[in-house]
Amino acid sequence: MLTELTAVELASRIAKRELGCVEVTEAFLDRIDSLDSKLGCFLSVTRTEATEQAQFAQTLVDEGKGGPLTGVPIALKDNLSTDGIETTCASKILKGYVPPFDATVVSKLKQAGLPILGKANLDEFAMGTSTENSAFQVTRNPWDLARSPGGSSGGSAAAVAADLAPLSLGSDTGGSVRQPAALCGVVGFKPTYGRCSRYGLIAFGSSLDQIGPFGKTVEDVAVLSEAITGHDPMDGTSLKHSPILSADLKSGSLKGLKVALPKELFGDGTDPGVAAQIQAAIDVLAKEGAEFTEVSLPSVKFGVTTYYIIAPAEASSNLARFDGVRFGPRSDGKGHIGVVERTRSEGFGHEVKTRIMIGTYALSAGYYDAYYVRAQRVRAMMQQEFNRTFREFDVVLSPTSPVPAFKLGELHEDPMALKLLDYCTIPANMGGMPGISLNCGFTEGLPVGLQLMTAPLQDEKLLQIAFCVEQALPTATRRPSFS
Amino acid sequence: MSISLNEVRHVARLARLELDETEILSFQGELNALLGHFADIQAIDSSGIEPISHAVAIQNVWSEDIPSQTLPRDRALRNAPVSRAGLFVVPVIIED
Repeated sequence: MLTELTAVELASRIAKRELGCVEVTEAFLDRIDSLDSKLGCFLSVTRTEATEQAQFAQTLVDEGKGGPLTGVPIALKDNLSTDGIETTCASKILKGYVPPFDATVVSKLKQAGLPILGKANLDEFAMGTSTENSAFQVTRNPWDLARSPGGSSGGSAAAVAADLAPLSLGSDTGGSVRQPAALCGVVGFKPTYGRCSRYGLIAFGSSLDQIGPFGKTVEDVAVLSEAITGHDPMDGTSLKHSPILSADLKSGSLKGLKVALPKELFGDGTDPGVAAQIQAAIDVLAKEGAEFTEVSLPSVKFGVTTYYIIAPAEASSNLARFDGVRFGPRSDGKGHIGVVERTRSEGFGHEVKTRIMIGTYALSAGYYDAYYVRAQRVRAMMQQEFNRTFREFDVVLSPTSPVPAFKLGELHEDPMALKLLDYCTIPANMGGMPGISLNCGFTEGLPVGLQLMTAPLQDEKLLQIAFCVEQALPTATRRPSFS
Repeated sequence: MSISLNEVRHVARLARLELDETEILSFQGELNALLGHFADIQAIDSSGIEPISHAVAIQNVWSEDIPSQTLPRDRALRNAPVSRAGLFVVPVIIED
């Protein structure tokens, strides 16, 4: 079936004129129409625009101006601004908001001829790890409809896993690309902070946020990374580096590769099924010549605390702009402050309010040093520990998530339970390092994700290593059978 | 450290959130659960460690001072809940 092909295979068939761009886009749109009511991946489907963009892609191909992904459609997390297309962040406070501009990554995709299928569901403002915090709908995991796809980019991950889109984009502030990729059995990549412009990504935690791609294979994700990265003057934190290059992807080797296994990421909280699959992968990679050493990164233990101070602190500042003046609905209230307070109280969901409250508290007079500054010091310690590790090792390997997909509602009521599961993915955001999650097997029918991290700016090397790992591991032929 | 009901009210005011009494109670519980967990970093010896606000140390990013097209006014106003005569209408700030 056409929708089961990888993005690179689709692009190659399009370039050889075996498939037409409109035909490919329509195949995915039709599959979304018939199946997304079961999954809830999409908040909006942009059939008209996608078809027009596919026609444009076909003219690029016909004129010999096609690129490596021309004609391959993509889904976008609904916190990426799309000119003329509603962008909600899955929040009532942005219901009806139609951005007057495209995010830089969206402009790049349009120029490269990738039709945009629609906007994918997320936890409100990307705050969460289950996609259950969406104000509009629940997204279900294609491997078990009673379970969460992870989050916050749950819609983007589930769409790729269910063949509703060959590619998608998410954003990763504390693991929001890698964790849902793990729980849905696809590949998810967070580039080095600053390699992908954040212009037009609606901000959550600005020092941590990074846009990242989802795909079925490491190669798909690498080729998409090349299309969306590169310096952008519209983002002051964008690094003056060239786009990530996928050309050398296949020239890596596992022989002599020095791999660090931080014991803090393999703790008691790891599900035995997850631990067994990760160990099986380590055994396969060792046979291929990779060398494993257990290391200790003590400050990783404090990652969850550090993250849940710094990210809400930044969010409480970023979300101050939602005041009912320039965009979004405005509620009635007493006086200026009353209007702003009621607008925000009616517009934000509970988890967003919690994070604004904790962030405001951590930044308030009397608590700033005890919480925010202290968390920044621990962040510095964590970065130093990783820098030392990367002087000796090529790559850090761990589970992406200590648990496989959990049942919807199971952890939703306990404010700490879900947050405590983020410890494997948080360090990459704290240190700005690139991280990738790929499938390494299944436990009780649910996918298990393996995470790899390298030093900042070694994105190409990380993708090369991930490609080798993917090739070495037994090929997963299983597909979700929800339909 | 634990947070009192009055502190919850104060923080909600700073954050411009209108909370009813049930929500104030519920946030007190949730914030105390989080703060209880946050106690783990209070014991770390981080003396001599400079705090960082960012993973990448970039400073003074300038752009060339070149005139360019800005967002047309009608597009900038398109999402305004209330606008008049090409302007955003803000809630009344000074009562007469």
